[in-house]
Formats: sequence, C-alpha cells, structure tokens
Amino acid sequence: MKEKLVVIGNGMSGLRTIEDLFDIQKDKYDITIFGDEPHLNYNRIMLSYLLSGEKTFEETIINHQTWYDEHHITLNKGDKVIKIDKENKKVFSQSGKELSYDKLLIATGSNSFIPKTIGSELENVIGFRTKLDSDTILDLISKDKTAVVVGGGLLGLEAAYGIAMHGIKTILVHRSGSVLSQQLDSTGGRLLQKNLETYGIEFKLNTTIEKIEGETKVESVTFTDGQTVESNIVVFATGIVPNKALAIETGLETKKGIVVNDHLQTSDENIFAIGECAEHNGNTYGLVAPLYEQAKFCAKKLAGKESDGYSGSTLSTRLKISGVDLFSAGDYLGDETTEELILLDEKVGIYKKLVIYDNKIIGIVLYGDTVDASWYLKLLKEHTDISDLRTKILFGKSALAGDAGHGGDDIKAMSDDEEICGCNGITKGQVVCGIRDNDLKTLGEVKACTKAGASCGSCLGIVEQILVDTLGDEYNDTVEGICDCCDVGHKDIKECIDSNEFDNVYDVFKELDWKTDDGCMKCRPAVNYYLLVKYNDDKYKNDKRSALVNDRVFANIQKDGTYSVVPRIWGGLTSPKELKDMADIAVKYDVPTVKFTGGQRLDMLGVRKDQLAPMWKDLNDAGFVSGQAYAKGLRTVKTCVGNQWCRFGTQDAMQTGIDIEKMTWGSWTPHKFKIAVSGCPRNCAEATIKDIGVIAVDSGWEISIAGNGGIKVRVTDFFTKVATNEELYHHIKAIMQFYREDAYYLERTAHWVERVGLQYVKDALLKDKSQVDFYAARFNESQRTAQIDPWEKSRKDGFTDEFSPIVIAPEQSESFEAKVTV
Amino acid sequence: MAKWIKITETENIPAMGSRVIKYGEIEIAVFKTRDGSIFAINNECPHKQGKLSEGLVHEHVVTCPMHNWDIDLKSGKALGNDSGCTNVYESKIEDDIFYISL
Repeated sequence: MKEKLVVIGNGMSGLRTIEDLFDIQKDKYDITIFGDEPHLNYNRIMLSYLLSGEKTFEETIINHQTWYDEHHITLNKGDKVIKIDKENKKVFSQSGKELSYDKLLIATGSNSFIPKTIGSELENVIGFRTKLDSDTILDLISKDKTAVVVGGGLLGLEAAYGIAMHGIKTILVHRSGSVLSQQLDSTGGRLLQKNLETYGIEFKLNTTIEKIEGETKVESVTFTDGQTVESNIVVFATGIVPNKALAIETGLETKKGIVVNDHLQTSDENIFAIGECAEHNGNTYGLVAPLYEQAKFCAKKLAGKESDGYSGSTLSTRLKISGVDLFSAGDYLGDETTEELILLDEKVGIYKKLVIYDNKIIGIVLYGDTVDASWYLKLLKEHTDISDLRTKILFGKSALAGDAGHGGDDIKAMSDDEEICGCNGITKGQVVCGIRDNDLKTLGEVKACTKAGASCGSCLGIVEQILVDTLGDEYNDTVEGICDCCDVGHKDIKECIDSNEFDNVYDVFKELDWKTDDGCMKCRPAVNYYLLVKYNDDKYKNDKRSALVNDRVFANIQKDGTYSVVPRIWGGLTSPKELKDMADIAVKYDVPTVKFTGGQRLDMLGVRKDQLAPMWKDLNDAGFVSGQAYAKGLRTVKTCVGNQWCRFGTQDAMQTGIDIEKMTWGSWTPHKFKIAVSGCPRNCAEATIKDIGVIAVDSGWEISIAGNGGIKVRVTDFFTKVATNEELYHHIKAIMQFYREDAYYLERTAHWVERVGLQYVKDALLKDKSQVDFYAARFNESQRTAQIDPWEKSRKDGFTDEFSPIVIAPEQSESFEAKVTV
Repeated sequence: MAKWIKITETENIPAMGSRVIKYGEIEIAVFKTRDGSIFAINNECPHKQGKLSEGLVHEHVVTCPMHNWDIDLKSGKALGNDSGCTNVYESKIEDDIFYISL
C-alpha cells in the first residue's frame, strides 16, 4: 500500500518538492494538498506583473488542474489545516476534514508583517503577498487618490511600480536613506530611485508613517515629515513573518521559523517544513531560488534516498520591474577587509560592483547591465581566483581575451530572430518561447527541448543567459546533473570515484543513485573517463562500449557512415618513402578523398568500416600507428621548420615537436589535446591557439596554455618559461596530467582555465618544483599502458571482427527458412 | 508471409554493441543489450539516416551517432522531444541462434 503524504500549503515550494519527488519516484505516496487560497499553484513572484497588468492570472499558474489530476493528487483549495495531531499522525481542516498521514510537509509560507502604527487596523491597510492583495489594490486605486506604499525593499518597489503603471500617484515611504538597502549599496539605490521616479513614483526616504486616519477605511495618511495626503490604500511591504502558528500549536521546535535540519525535517521526523516558513541553520529565506534548492533535498528524503543534505544558499536577487535591470548577490556591502571593483556611469545608468576578498568574488551588485550576472554568480559560488581577470572582469565575460570578433553577447539587445545556436539554427525567440511554453527551468531542459546548445555547446553561455533573463529569480543555477540520468555534477562524480573503489561504470551509477541502469551517451563516457584517470588502463579496462563511435572504432565517422583514417605523422614531418607507402595504400583501398589536415597530417576519407582493419594492417606494416584523430587525447604536435632551415629560427622546433609527440601520444585527456611548437616568436606553428603552445626564444622556451582555435578563438595564457628541452618536456607532462585529473570530462583546456582561473593552475604546478615532479611522474606512470597502438591492438585481439557486416544472400536464406519453420 | 531467417549465433553479437546484417539491399542493425535481449532494427536513423549500428546502447535504446537522437530499439520510435520512426524487425533466439522475420 502507498504511504500517505499530506502537504499543507499549495504554493511554490510545496509543489516544487512534489515535482522533484516525482522525478525520483512516481508512486510512493498518495498525496493530498491543502491550500488556504482558493487557487491552483500560481507563481507568487509574478504578482507585481499581475498588479501592473503585464500578465494575466492564467499566465502565472504553474500547476494546472490537469497536472493535479494526472498525478492523482487530491487538492483541497480554500481549505485550511487548523490542527495537527502528531501523536496519531492526523491533520484536521477548517471544513471538517480529518486525514491521517505517514509524512507531512508544512509549506505554509509567510505572512506580511504590518508594524503597529496608528490606524494600521483600518480597512484597506494591506500587505502584498497574495492574489487577493493584488485584486484589492486594483479595485481600490483611483486617479484622484494617492496610493501609499510602505517599505523600499523588493516587494515595496514592485508594488509601487505596479500601482504607478496605472497612472496613479504613488508615494513610497522608506525608513532608511536608500532604497533596496537589503540588496543594494547606496550608489545602486540612488540609480534605481532615479529610474523609478520616471514612472511617477514619489520617494520619501528616512521617513515613516505617523498615522493613518479614517472612519472605518483609510482616508488620509500623515508622514513623519509632517505632510498629509488623501489616500484610500496603504500597502505595507515591510517584511514577512514565517507562518509558523500551526507548528507552534503542534509543539514543533520554532524560532524565527519552523526549525528544520539539512533534510528539511522538523523536530518530528515525519513532519517536514520547507520554504519561507522554515528556518535552516538560523536562516529563513524569502526568495525562490533557495526554496527550490531546499525542495530538491526534501524530495530526496521523502523518496528515501540518501543525500548530503541542504547546506544553505547564496542569495541573489533580481528586481521584477520591466526596464530595470538589477542584480545582487552575496556580501554586496563588504567591510574593511574587502576590496571593491567598481564601474559607474551615472549618465547611462550602469553600475557594477564586485566585492572581493582574498582574490575571490564574495559580493555582486549590478545595475543597468546584468548580462554577466550568471557568470559573476558562478565565479562567486565556485570561489574562483580572479587575479588574472581583475583588469577586465568588470567589462564582462565577452571582454575577456580571445573573444575575437564576437562582440558582446548582450541578450536584451538581441532581436528575437537572431540566431544563437548555429549548429541547430535556433533563434533567441525560439529559446525564449521554449522556456515559457514548456516551463523549462534548467539548462539541460532547454538543451533537450529547444536543441539550442545541444551540439557543439559553444553557445551554452548565451543560452544560459537567456534562461536567466527569462526566468529571473526563478532561475536556479545550483549543480545540475551532468545528464538526465543523475542529479550529480562532475565534481561530485569525481569525488565519489576518488573515495571509493569501482570495477565498472555501472557500479558508479549504483553508488550515485542513477535513475537509469545503463546511463546514456553523456554520462557513460564521462564516468568511464574518470575511472580511467583513477586506475589507468591496466587496473581498469577502458570500456569500449561506454565510448562513442569514434573513440570506440579508432576512426572518425562521416556523414555517410564511412570513416576517415589518419595515421600519425610525428611532428608533421614525413618522408618520400612514407608518402609513397601511404599513397599506395590509398590507391589500394580506393580512398575517394585525401586531404591535408590542419594538424599537418594526411586524412584519408570515405573508408568503409569493413576496410578499416585491413587498411590499418597495411599502415602498421609500413610503420605507421594511429594518429588518434578521433581521440579525447593527444591529437597532433604541430611544428614550424625551426632553426634546422629557417633563418629566423632560434631553436629546433621540428625535433622538439617530434620528441614531444613521441612522449605524449596515446595519452587520454578530458577532451582533445593539441600542441604546437614554434621555433621563434613569429609563431608560424600557430602555437598560441593550442592547448599547449611552445614558442622558442633565444634563451629557451616559453610555454603557454589553454588556447583554442575553434568556434570561439582563445589565445593561450603565458604559463612559464624554461631554459632546456628537459625542463620543457617535464612541464608538458605535468600540465597534461594536472589537466587530466582536474578538468571535467569534455572540458577543453580553454574552458577549464576560464572556469578555475589561470592562477589556480599556476599555484598547483609552479609554487614549488616538487609539484611538477609529482604530476610528471604520474603522467609517466599512465603512459606505460597508454602508448599501445589501438589499430594494431584491436586487430590482434579480434575486436575488429565485428566491423564486417554479416551478409546473408536472400536466395540462400530462403531454403534455410523452409527448414526452421517446419 | 513472414519468414524466419537465420542470422548468426548470438555470441557473435557483442553485448552492449551491435552487428550490421546485410540482406540483399536491406541493412539491419542488430543490438544486444546488457540484459541479453537482442533487437533488430533498420540501420537508418529517421532523422538524417545516421547508422544506428554505430550508436551507444543503453537500456533498450540506441543513441544515433550523428545527432544524438534516442531511438527505442523495440518500437523504432524516436524518444524525447524528437519524432520519427524507423522500421523494426521481429526476431527470436532458438538454441543460441538469432533469427529475424522478414
């Protein structure tokens, strides 16, 4: 029999918990919901749009009746739970319902806090929390009366804006000297106020209400500055109080709110509390992102799944007033131990402030330009060292070096028909519609539904910005599962693999509660990779069935299903004999296209799968090995002719390149890995757009890292300079090994360094010499089992047998068929 | 009338992998999943004719190597937000021999 789950509160956090629960487990519970409002679950955050008339109520509904029906949820709208009997596990409602539960979830949210003021008990003194409040305001406001809003916080400003949008004279009183003082510093507050005044809102700062007068209803309001206005409505947005009355009566532990543990359990383990009514670790939250974060952990506990539990949230805010871009997060005020990076243009109305402590962002205020909000927030949450970004960080992500010819990615300035995903031809408008129409919440969902960013992924940053921009506060950028099979990110997977022992990918899936048995094309190759990094290819057998086609068959599949074959050409140097051998082989297999690659080798395209093994044999016999042009591993080491021939050359680039390729071939890395060696700073080998670029100077070699010549060109960052070839090789090994162990699967060096920061890589490898030794030694160790030619090995161990089709001649099979059907 | 055609010993089909069967002009991809089930499906993705035989197998699904469409091995239907269908063939195993009905 199913267990009974009763939810008190039909609002955003309660329902999100149920949705998250369904994602894990569909039919563990019979669910009954009580909601004291007579509505379906609507998006309370949109209340200000409802008030301003920019949205209809229908548009703010999150869960429609069909959703409740489909999931067989009993919804008691407009019925309040008045008593909980926790000894007998029962709840009692106002309408007289009596219901027993196995698990109870309290999601009663909060109430408006209206401070005791003379006249505050009069009719039409209201809060701004519910649809009813919004309806009341809309009913009352009239052109010949002034509306008064008390409180210059988020809600107050949104209420004042919503009212002012109807052309009503609106006064906003705020007791401190700057609006939105919980989210903004005084400069930001001043800019915001200036902007809002253009909507016709009058601000009275450092002011409160002296008294409200009237017979039974509000008639006039007097402020502490002595002014009195004729008014018929006073909206208090002076804070919220967690709705904990029921919990207190029930005898649950309460302080500011209902006290919960990391799994959102109250002092009674069968009673959970979530959302604005809950107090976790001394904090109560009134914003949606943390509540949604709590929902995830609450759902896990309800599903009976282990999790680390909720550990509190970094708050970030957006103001939902059309035409006002504002974002703040973390410790935006700072103190004497912090530094501030500030960009201020009052005329244009742009203000950006980053609060820095120990080279890390700890607070963000953005006003007028919030395009980079998600990027800054990511840097803040991941504690990224920003030393190297410092000089450019305020100009946004698009201003970082290497973003040649792309211009800024200003989402708001983009028209709806602008194409953002070149691979799939998806426009900004299609992404926005996709998000709205399908109620998408995560980047993964947007990718799956709209296909934007689902191919090469280079536009994901923009897609994420569109998501953030479209969802506002609702956007929750906490760790997303790496695919739909799981809820864990790369970091958690790596940690889990590091701290446990596994034989295969499936054991990892089990340990981490995968929703699927076999994983998928995203997670299986990733997990296989992490196991390979941990154990190398001797203690763990690289699982071919967890590799995508190219990595599995050691060749690159083409659009017609044929393959391309690229032998290794060490350092890009070949010989007449090699060229002749290759030409003979190309002729023998009737290769339709032979092309020089960008990595200085020859690509033979259009080879049938069943031709691969014999062709490889001929290539092996002629002394070639696989060029691994398909690999998430070392691809090529490109060279210029260097001082063997070039009159400018200062070092022997060709031989050095060959040595490096002989040293690094066969190695696997999170993504493809390219190296180039230039014999002088003229850099003819284009080393500055490779994963490792080596450039000769008179006194040795300069090593730079994390370049990329792909969709988004990124120039390498200077890493270090060495005097000898031995040191050069030693450093290359260490860099590759550290990247291999530290980066996430499918993260190119460019993205990795942008995520973790160059300083982090330098700190890990250059602080003292033993670190380079350490990683270089680990690289040597893994190369022992990596430098085996996959072409030769797979021919000899019989793997290539499955490359040939099983051909059945219809005429022969006919006669056979007669036999078996008898 | 459908006829049962003997294809190959089941051990010749790699677990979590596939073999390509050529029967006259017809190209069929035969998959063996982790639970040992074997499926026969037209070796053509309904999207852009990618060779499904080269895809990654998970549960009873293959992901096309071209553009990552997920194709249900039992029904031949594209899963998720994609739509399309490719032909599937009835099959059976008798005495460790795999047969397809054509």
